[in-house]
Amino acid sequence: MNTNALIKTVNLTKIYPSGEQPITALRDVNLVFGAGEFAGLVGPSGSGKTTLLNIIGSLDMPTSGSVEVLGEKVEMLSHKKAARLRNRHIGFIFQTFNLLPVYTVFENVEFPLLLLGMAATDRRKAVREALAWVGLGDREHSRPAQLSGGQSQRVAIARAVVKKPGLVLADEPTANLDAENSHHILQTMETINRDLGTTFLFSTHDAKVIQHLRRKITLIDGRVADDERVPA
Amino acid sequence: MIIPKLAFRNLIGNGAKTWLNALVLSFSFVAIIWGQSLFEGMDKEMSKVTIDQEAGGGQYWAGTYDPYDPTTIEDAPEIIPAELAADAAAGKAAPVLIVPGTIYPKGRMVAIALKGVDPGQSVLKLPFDRLRRNGGDIPGLIGVRMAKNAGLAKGDIVTVRWRDKAGTFDAADIEIVDVFQSQVQTVDTGQIWVPLDDLQKMTGRTSRATIVTVPEGTGPKTYAGWAFQNHEVLLKDIKSFVQAKSLGFSIFYITLMAMALLAIFNTQILSIWHRRREIGTLIALGMPRGKVIGLFTLEGSLLSVLAAAVGAIYGLPLLIYMAKHGWVLPADQADSFGLALNQALYPAYSLGLVMMTILLVLAATTVVSFLPTRKIVTLKPTDALKGKWS
Repeated sequence: MNTNALIKTVNLTKIYPSGEQPITALRDVNLVFGAGEFAGLVGPSGSGKTTLLNIIGSLDMPTSGSVEVLGEKVEMLSHKKAARLRNRHIGFIFQTFNLLPVYTVFENVEFPLLLLGMAATDRRKAVREALAWVGLGDREHSRPAQLSGGQSQRVAIARAVVKKPGLVLADEPTANLDAENSHHILQTMETINRDLGTTFLFSTHDAKVIQHLRRKITLIDGRVADDERVPA
Repeated sequence: MIIPKLAFRNLIGNGAKTWLNALVLSFSFVAIIWGQSLFEGMDKEMSKVTIDQEAGGGQYWAGTYDPYDPTTIEDAPEIIPAELAADAAAGKAAPVLIVPGTIYPKGRMVAIALKGVDPGQSVLKLPFDRLRRNGGDIPGLIGVRMAKNAGLAKGDIVTVRWRDKAGTFDAADIEIVDVFQSQVQTVDTGQIWVPLDDLQKMTGRTSRATIVTVPEGTGPKTYAGWAFQNHEVLLKDIKSFVQAKSLGFSIFYITLMAMALLAIFNTQILSIWHRRREIGTLIALGMPRGKVIGLFTLEGSLLSVLAAAVGAIYGLPLLIYMAKHGWVLPADQADSFGLALNQALYPAYSLGLVMMTILLVLAATTVVSFLPTRKIVTLKPTDALKGKWS
């Protein structure tokens, strides 16, 4: 047993009821991720990448099997405890950025810290630091509607890492970005991973992302088909 | 403190939609406060003038006297209890003897009530001092309504006929010494005020009265043959009238409020539908569902706070103007109600009324804001993040 495991899945299975023919999204997935990994779930659409990411992020529950994240068994968590786990330890980056439209860039990044109940001065410092990491220190008063796709995703990254979580889950983070923005964003995430030791787990089928991964887990039809570590 | 802060941010961030809802809701605020204060003012004014001119601090009614039953008036008068007679002599009580009579102004026969009152009394604020005799005919005092209905004026002599204690008809001339103005119809319409001594002598009812009015602050006492009537009885008609009018008017502001609440309900449903991806994001970022529900509910509830602020902007000047100038009723409208209504109604605002209105609107807004948010409980965050509605 890997005692340093940040994430551990044991015989993880997820079945979605769908009429007479239930859909099996994940079958007996057994994976272990350690701290500081820069790993990706790859595979075609419908292979179960996002489902696995959602379960690890405690947004969904497994049908059977077990998932342990930062020592918490996801399937045992109540809504409230799952929310606390996400709030304290997990950052999310979404394909469609999911910024809160009525808030400014600063307020969007500040949001997870507000949920944590951090003091205002500490919040301000952390938000400015996070915005500096993603190179958007000069856009803190802008609204999401005033940002480009690349800028929006950088705000989303800042929001995900501002609380310095142990784990960041990124679901197709470059799917809506051009090559240049994708490259910039991946570089930013690599820097954060290196400097802060944050574990990044991607779901992607974007070759540009795959190039940067140091561990590549291929999912096909909900099964782990390959688990490849890329030498540095 | 995070929820109020976020709710306020979201509300302001919604822009015109928020302000439109707040404006519609503010109409309810202003209408409720204006309407209720108008009736409160009406109640106070009518009660005050009725207390001043008729009810005093309460009345002792003799024997079977019932103002709503004319057949009881003739036989009701009783000997004034010694204590009340002493008070009357000291100006601390006002005995009134009521005797049915008939007058014949300009050849017409008009049924009236002759009311005998001491010209020196100081309990009732009517110009009864004009009834002091200077020889000649019996002085009579009437109100403007009586003067108008009977075609009488100051200086007129009118023949009055009555039945004395033994049932014998008698008649005399009365000189109208003055015509007074009063908004209390029950001291005016169909009656002539004469000196109490004269009426007692005319009807053979020496030392008797039908009612004795005492000043405010006088506690009720028990006298054989007399029953004390407090404000609850004496102002009952006013209270019932105001209550009925207030109830009728409430339909107006209930309709206004229903419109505003419907708009808020609709906005909440649309808001939750449009913002399902945002709800998913909030949950993903670690906000518990209860807090998400609290956030959306508070956004709706805060509308009532904004509405109060918006209402204050245009409502305060309006309400202050109304308090200063009153709401003038159309000519003769006041009399048509049959109660002591003034020609202009002055609203009476109270902190209690304003606070009650704010609480009422806040509670109603919170309920209609909360109802649609229950849907959030069943929303799967993974679907919400994709903009789906599970």
